[in-house]
Amino acid sequence: MFIDFILVLVLLTNLKLLGSSRLGACIRVAAIQGVLLGILPWWAHGHPAAFRVLGVTVGTVILKGVVFPWLLFRALREAEVSREVEPFVGYVPSLLFGLGGLATAFWLSTRLPLTSVVHSSLLVPAALFGIFAGLFLIISRKRAVNQVLGFLVLENGVFTFGAGVIGETSLLVEVGVLLDVFVAVFVMGIMIFHINREFDHIDTDRLSSLKD
Amino acid sequence: MAGINWTSLLSVIAGIALAPLLPGIISRVKARFAGRRGAPVFQLYFDLWKLWRKGAVYSRTTSWLFRAGPVAGLAAAAVALLVLPFGSVPAPLAFAGDLILLAGMLGLMRFMTIVAALDTGSSFEGMGASREAFFSALAEPALLLALGALARVTDAYSLSTMYGALSFGHWWSLGPVLALTAAALVIVLLAENARIPVDDPNTHLELTMIHEVMVLDHGGPDFAAIQYGAALKLWIFSTLLASLLLPVETGMPALDFACTLAGVFGVAALVGIVESVMARLRMVLIPQLLVSASVLAAVALLLTLNPVETKAGRPAFKAAQAGELQRPDSAPAQKADGIDKPTR
Amino acid sequence: MSWIIAALAVWLAGGILSAAMPRGSRGGSTIGALSAVLGAVLGMPPVVLAIAGQAVEVLRWNWPAPYGEFHLELDALSAWFMAPLLVLSALSAIYGHEYLTGGAGGHERKAAGPTWFFYNVLVASMAVVLLARNAVLFLVAWEVMALASFFLVTFEDEQPQVRDAGWVYLVATHLGTAFLLAFFLIAGREAGTLDMTKWTALNQAGGGVCGALFVLAVVGFGTKAGFMPLHVWLPEAHPAAPSHVSALMSGIMIKTGIYGLVRFLSYFENVPAWWGWALIAIGLSSGVLGVLFAQAQHDLKRLLAYHSVENIGIITLGLGLGLVGLNMRQPVLALLGFGGGLLHVVNHALFKGLLFLAAGSVLHGCGTRQIELLGGLVKRMPWTGACFFIGSAAICGLPPLNGFISELMLFAAGFAGITHASATVSLSGVATLGGLALISGLAAACFAKAFGIVFLGEPRDQRAAHAHEGGWAMVAPMLVLAVACAGIGLFSPWVLAAMRPVLGQLSQLAPAEVAFQLGGVELMLAGVAFGAGAFLLALVLLNAAFRSKLRRQKTGMTVTWDCGYAQPTARMQYTGSSFAQPLLALFEPLLQTKQHRRPPDGLFPKAANLETETPDLCRSRLFHPVFMELNRLLGRLRWLQQGQVQLYVLYIALTLVALLAWKLGGN
Repeated sequence: MFIDFILVLVLLTNLKLLGSSRLGACIRVAAIQGVLLGILPWWAHGHPAAFRVLGVTVGTVILKGVVFPWLLFRALREAEVSREVEPFVGYVPSLLFGLGGLATAFWLSTRLPLTSVVHSSLLVPAALFGIFAGLFLIISRKRAVNQVLGFLVLENGVFTFGAGVIGETSLLVEVGVLLDVFVAVFVMGIMIFHINREFDHIDTDRLSSLKD
Repeated sequence: MAGINWTSLLSVIAGIALAPLLPGIISRVKARFAGRRGAPVFQLYFDLWKLWRKGAVYSRTTSWLFRAGPVAGLAAAAVALLVLPFGSVPAPLAFAGDLILLAGMLGLMRFMTIVAALDTGSSFEGMGASREAFFSALAEPALLLALGALARVTDAYSLSTMYGALSFGHWWSLGPVLALTAAALVIVLLAENARIPVDDPNTHLELTMIHEVMVLDHGGPDFAAIQYGAALKLWIFSTLLASLLLPVETGMPALDFACTLAGVFGVAALVGIVESVMARLRMVLIPQLLVSASVLAAVALLLTLNPVETKAGRPAFKAAQAGELQRPDSAPAQKADGIDKPTR
Repeated sequence: MSWIIAALAVWLAGGILSAAMPRGSRGGSTIGALSAVLGAVLGMPPVVLAIAGQAVEVLRWNWPAPYGEFHLELDALSAWFMAPLLVLSALSAIYGHEYLTGGAGGHERKAAGPTWFFYNVLVASMAVVLLARNAVLFLVAWEVMALASFFLVTFEDEQPQVRDAGWVYLVATHLGTAFLLAFFLIAGREAGTLDMTKWTALNQAGGGVCGALFVLAVVGFGTKAGFMPLHVWLPEAHPAAPSHVSALMSGIMIKTGIYGLVRFLSYFENVPAWWGWALIAIGLSSGVLGVLFAQAQHDLKRLLAYHSVENIGIITLGLGLGLVGLNMRQPVLALLGFGGGLLHVVNHALFKGLLFLAAGSVLHGCGTRQIELLGGLVKRMPWTGACFFIGSAAICGLPPLNGFISELMLFAAGFAGITHASATVSLSGVATLGGLALISGLAAACFAKAFGIVFLGEPRDQRAAHAHEGGWAMVAPMLVLAVACAGIGLFSPWVLAAMRPVLGQLSQLAPAEVAFQLGGVELMLAGVAFGAGAFLLALVLLNAAFRSKLRRQKTGMTVTWDCGYAQPTARMQYTGSSFAQPLLALFEPLLQTKQHRRPPDGLFPKAANLETETPDLCRSRLFHPVFMELNRLLGRLRWLQQGQVQLYVLYIALTLVALLAWKLGGN
C-alpha cells in the first residue's frame, strides 16, 4: 500500500515536470523524485536493516536529492540564465501528452508478460511513464539544463522498473548506473558552463548553427 | 424515486437555511489569519435582509434577461439542492444519472448570470463574462471526471448511492485515487466559487475580477438573490467535497448528518485558510491550473482502470457486474424484478 | 405508402407550377411554399405510424434504369429521420415565403418561382434518400439532392462569395458521392444484389472488405454529414444560402449522411470494435474542433455552421458508443449511445433550424450578419430574441430543454461505460465524459457570446439600431420550434417510449429486452422531468415574489454604471472578438488566428484598428495545397486541349474503337 503511495507520488512528480514553467521548481521536483525512488527498493524488499542495503539507499538519496540539484543549480548560476523554461511544446499540450503517455503506459503494462514478481500493480506503468516523460522532456525543451533533467527522469524510469522486478542484486547494478549518471551530470554541468562562456547562451536549438 | 424520509428533507432545509453561514466562516477565518476580529459569522444574513428591503435601479440598456438572471440562477441552485446527498443521507430526488442534472443546473445558473451580465452593455461585465465562460468550460471536464472516478470506485452513478457507498475502507484500499479526486474537486470548488487562487472576492479592481464584476449592476433584491445563490453553490460544492473527505456511516442518520455538517463547515474553514496563505494566480496561469485539475481527475480514473494482477494475486480493482443501471432508491440496490438478467 | 407517394407528387407538381408562374408575381412563391407544407402534412401520418413500430410499408415499381428499381420502404429508422424532415421543411417553407418576398436585400426583384421549384425538389429527393432501398435509386436521389441544394445555395449569385461558396459545395459533395459510388459498387458486388434490404448478406463478407466498406462509407457519408476534416464546405455553403434553406440544410440534409452511415451499420450483426472507436474519435475531434472554430467566427451564420459540425460530432460520438456497446455485449451502453445519438439528430434539427431562422430574421431586419455590428436587438426584435435565446440554451445542453436530454443520455452512456469492469469499455467512458463536458462547456461559452453580443447591450451600428421584426409568417415557425424544444425537454420519458422501435432495430434486441434495459433510463428521464418541472415551478414562484416585492419598493432607471466615464459609447462595449480572445489564445496552435493590428501611437489617440480572422485550417492547410498540386500536375496535360472540334471527335472515336475491341475481342 505504501509502495502504491510512493509510485503515485512519482507519477505526480513526472506530471509536474511536464507542466512546470520554472527551472528551479523543475530541479527540486526531480530531486524529490530521486529521493522517493531511493527509498522505493529498500521498502519493496521488506525494509531490511542490513548495512550494505541501507548504505546504498542513503547514498542514492543523498546523491539524487542533494548532489544533483546542487550541481544543476550551480550550472544555472554560473550561466546566469533566466529561470523560465522555454519549451517547443507548450504546458497544456505537455500535460495532455503526459495524460496520453500515462494511458499508453497502462495499456502497455497489460501487454507485458510479467506476473508474479511485480510488487505493485502500478510499478510497470510508473516506470514506462517515467521513460516516456524523460524522452519527451529531452525532445521538447530548449534549455540544456532541461535536457539533463530529462535524462535524469529517464534514468529514474529505468531504475523504477529494475527496483521492483529484479531481486537484491539490483542494488549492485543500480550503483553502477548511478555512477554513470553522476559522471554524466558532472560533465554536463561543466559543459553547460563552457558552452555559455563561449556562446553566451545555453539554447540547444541555436547550437545547430554549429553544423555548418 | 426515493421515498421521502425526514433526514433527506432536513438536509435540504439545512442547505437553504445554513448556506449563508459559509461565506461568513470563510471571512472570519481570513480575518483571524490577518490578526483582526472580523465581521460576525452571520453577516451575510444581515446583508441579505438589508438588500431585500431595498429598491432597485435598472439600467436602460437592460431587458427582461437582466431581471430574469438572478431569479433563474436561484431556482436552478434550489433544484440542484434536491439531488444533493448530504454525506450518507440520500437526497430527496435520487436516480441514476442525477449528477448530470446537478452539473446541468449549475451550468444553467452560470449561463443565466453570464447573459444577465452581457445585458448591461458594459465592458466590465463583458470582461467578467468572458473569463467566467472560459474558465467554467475548462472546469466542467474536471468535475465530471472526478465524479466519474467516484462512480467507478463505488460502481454506481447516482450521487446518493455513490456517497452512501463511500466509506473509510475505500480510503484505506484506494487512497491515492480518492486523494487525487479530492484534489481535483478542491480546485473545481475554488474555481467555480470565485475563491483565491482563481478569483479574489475582495478585490474591487474591475480589471482583475471575474464573478464580482459580472454582478456589478445588480442591486437590491436581485443582488440578494445573486449572493444567496452563490452561497448555495458554495454549499453544494462543499458538501460534495466534505462527503468525500469524511465518509462517515454510523447507521444513525442524525449522527451522520451532524458529522457531515461539521465537515462542510470544516471545508469552509479550509477555503478560508487557502485564501489566507495563497495569492491569486496570474490570469494566464489559471487555464493551466484548471487543466491540471482535469489531468488529476483523469489520472485518478486511470489508476482505477489498472487491471494488472498484484503480487497477492488479487486484481487491483474489484470487478463489477456486467453494466446495468443502478435502480434508484435509498436502500441498497435491489435485483431487477421480473426477467432475470442472463449471465454473460 | 400511398400517402408518401401523394406527398412526393404534391412536392413535384407544386415545384413545377411555381417555376411556371410569371416573374414578379408572388404567386410562384405562394404556390411553392404551399405545396411544401401540403406535402409535409400528407407525409406525416405514415411516418408517425412507422415510428410507433407498425409494420414496414413497402413499395416496388419497375424502373427502366439499369439495375434500378423504384423500391421504397418506410421502417422505424427511416421514419425517425423523416419526421424532422417533414416538420422542418414545412416550417422553413412558411418562413421562406415571407423572407424571400417581403424583405431587405432586394429579393423582390428576383423571381422566387424557380427557387421554390428547387426547394420542393430538394425536400422530395431527401425523402426518397431516406426511403430508398435500391442502390441506384439512392444514388440518383442523392445526386438530385446535391444539385437542388446547389441551386438553392446560389440564389444570390450576384455576390462573388456566394458563387465561390456554391463551387466549393458542388466540388465537395461530388467528391463525397464518388466515394459513395465506390461504396455501393463494392457492397453490391459482395452482397450479390443492389437491393439494400438483402444486404444483411454482407455479414458473410470478409473482414478486409467490410473494413474497406466502412472507410468508404465514413468518407462518403461523412462529407455530407460534415465530419472533420471533410466539413470544409459547411462554413461556406450555409451562410451563403438564404436562411430558410440554411435551416433545412443544417437541420436535415447533413443528417442524411448520418442516416446513410446508420443504415450501413444496421446490416451487420457483429461489428468490429475498431469501428466504434473510429466513430468515437471522429465524433470527439469534430466536436471539439467545430466548437473552437465557431468561437472564432464573426459572421453569425458561419458560427452556426461550425456548430453544426460540432453537433454532428456529438451524434457520431453517440453512434460510436452504441457500437462499442454492441461489440462488448453491453445492452445498456448500446441503447444509451444510439438513443442519445438519434435523439440528438431530432433535437439538432429543431434547435439548429430555430437558430438559423432567427439568424435569418436578424439579417432580414438589420441587413448584416456581422456580430460586431449588431447589439441590443432583444429590445427591437423581441420575438426573435426570445427564440434565439431558447435555441441557444437548447444547443448548450441546458435543462430543461431538449439538448440537455440527448447530452444526458450520452453522459449516462459514459458513466455506464466507466462503471464497467473492462478497461477498454471504461476508457470509452472516460473519453466521452471528458470530451463531451469540454464540448458543452465551450459551446456554452460560444453561445453566450453569440446571443450576448448580437442581442444584448447597445447597438454598435446604425443598421442594428433601426432593426425591425419580421412579420408573423417569420415569427410563428420560430415559436413552434421553440415550443417543440421545450416540449421534448419536459416530456422526455414519452419521447423515449417513442424511440423504442428504432432502438430495437438498431441494437438488435427484442422489444421486451429493449423495454427491460431501458427501464433505468426511463426512471432517469422521469427524474430529470421532475427536476425540470421543479425548476419551472421555482422560477415562477420566485419571479412572482421578486416582482411583487419590487413593485412595492422604489425602482428607477439609469445608465449602466460606467466608472465615471463622461461619454460612454456603444463602441466601448465588449465585442465578440474580445469575448472569445482568452479561449482562442489557449487553443492557438489549433486555430492559428491571424491578427492585423494598427495600434494607436503617438501622444494623443488617433485612429487604430484590430482585425482577426481565422481561416478554416483544413481548407487552407489540407485541401488547398492538394488541389493546387493537382492543378499543377493536370496542367501538364494541357497539350490535349488544342481547341479544334475535329481533334475531340477523334478522341471520342478512338475511345469507342478501343472499348469495342476490348469488349468484343475477348471472345
